[in-house]
Amino acid sequence: MEDRVSIDSVTKYYGSKLVLDRVSLSVRRHEVVCLIGASGSGKSTLLRCINRLVEYDHGVIRLDGVATEDPSFGKVGLYRRIGIVFQAYNLFPHMNVLDNITLAPRRVHGVARRAAEDKARELLAGFGMSEHALSYPEQLSGGQQQRVAIVRALATNPQVLLLDEVTAALDPELIGEVLRIVRQLKDDGMTMVIVTHEMGFAREVADRVCFLEGGRIVEQDAPSRLFASPQNPRTQKFLQRIIEAGRL
Amino acid sequence: MRPDAASPAFVGAAEEALTDSPPPPPARRRTSLRDQIVPIFTSLASVALFFGVIAYVVTSAPEWPRIKRQFFSLDAMIEAFPAVLRGFWINIQVWLIALVAIALWAMVLALARSLRGPWFAPLRIFAIVYVDVFRGLPALLLVLLFGFGIPALNLPGLPSSGLFWGTVAMILCYAAYASEVYRAGIEAVHDGQRMAAKSLGLTQWQAMRYTILPQAIRNVLPALLNLTVALQKDVALLSVIGVRDAVREAQIYTAQTFNYSSLIAAAVLFMLATVPMARLTDYISRRDRLRRLQGAA
Ligand SMILES: Nc1ncnc2c1ncn2[C@@H]1O[C@H](COP(=O)(O)OP(=O)(O)O)[C@@H](O)[C@H]1O
Ligand SMILES: [Mg+2]
Repeated sequence: MEDRVSIDSVTKYYGSKLVLDRVSLSVRRHEVVCLIGASGSGKSTLLRCINRLVEYDHGVIRLDGVATEDPSFGKVGLYRRIGIVFQAYNLFPHMNVLDNITLAPRRVHGVARRAAEDKARELLAGFGMSEHALSYPEQLSGGQQQRVAIVRALATNPQVLLLDEVTAALDPELIGEVLRIVRQLKDDGMTMVIVTHEMGFAREVADRVCFLEGGRIVEQDAPSRLFASPQNPRTQKFLQRIIEAGRL
Repeated sequence: MRPDAASPAFVGAAEEALTDSPPPPPARRRTSLRDQIVPIFTSLASVALFFGVIAYVVTSAPEWPRIKRQFFSLDAMIEAFPAVLRGFWINIQVWLIALVAIALWAMVLALARSLRGPWFAPLRIFAIVYVDVFRGLPALLLVLLFGFGIPALNLPGLPSSGLFWGTVAMILCYAAYASEVYRAGIEAVHDGQRMAAKSLGLTQWQAMRYTILPQAIRNVLPALLNLTVALQKDVALLSVIGVRDAVREAQIYTAQTFNYSSLIAAAVLFMLATVPMARLTDYISRRDRLRRLQGAA
């Protein structure tokens, strides 16, 4: 069983609005899959279905072959094994960096304070952020906050990392430092599903790119092929617009 | 031809830019002693003039000596002061006990109301009805109802003191307001915080306890302090059910001597307690606003 995550015909409605339409997608171990598409196409919703942050109506998602609604995951097993990072960082503003990172290990997974903090400091050091351990989020730049958010998602040793437009809220000069961490994670073999508007980055880091429109995966391929010669007319149109906007 | 890095013109321009020092900063306007003193003096003078005129108009009225005797008699104040101060100590005690009880009970109500899920519907409905009822009734009515009504029932096993039940009435009443303040604070916390907490595996309760509530309380602290000031004054309502608080003691003196200076003495005590709290509230609000401005920058 090579697939880390397998999404099988997932359908999701918000009220009567169809947001995901029979989406199927498999992500192999150590694979990096990028989701691209216009806003409102269902990228965030799909990402949040993977760790059941939102519930879907039909279909099944498996983690290492086990359906994610399986009781063996317990109440929090899925959240421990799948980390997610949001566009707006969503750090807890009243906690310093160390407390942000150790909250889940300590309060959810019962790790002793000392061990949790050691692990957090080790992670921070690994990403060159040791000096921020005791800072509060408001004292950090957007790029630093987002890097902390990534470390927080990694604190429980997840096997999959979901990134939802993690650079979209950042000033251009801060995007690089966040993308550098993502590259580093790829080199470490992390399995990732990444929603991004940074086409250059998607082309560089993705093993596979999926184009979504209207809640469906219209086309998926290796980035070299998808960006150079998209097969589907709708993918062509989307990429054409991106090129016109100077984003590719 | 476009100038590139190797062209002499470009190098020259760069060198010029480096060796030339930028224009100096604007000279700081030197403030002479006179410049500093004149504004202070002006405001002092205008304050003195403003209040001086008021004082003059009041004290030059033909009724002033009578007013002074009735309201501002130092002798009467000194005579009434021990009893009024003793009464004020009751105000402070009731206030402190009620504060703690209100903070806790209001929190329970606010949490009950913000719980999600069908199982919690009864708790939610209870909290909503409670707040509607106790916010809708005059505090005075509640104090009378509890302070006179319940002791009159002679219920076995329950205290029969008016002081006790009057305090309970204040707690029930103010908790309704305070729970609405808490709830506003809870609802103002950005939804992304809840989502982040959930994605980390925190339960609904843990998310509340560790992430939502601390932010909510910090945001509504000024509003809670305002309620605290209002409660400090409203404890005086207990005087209508015979609790010998500062107002009651002052009234007793007035009834015996037909002099109102004892009430003014009580008023001064209330001011001494509430004004510093009002300033503290201002200070915290200002600090929060500054922090938010810095956070946004
Ligand atoms: N909580 C929600 N309630 C109702 N509709 C939603 C909600 N979240 C997203 N949607 C709708 O679902 C669609 C897909 O949204 P989303 O997954 O956020 O798209 P994307 O991330 O690609 O921009 C949009 O039309 C959006 O309006
Ligand atoms: Mg989105």
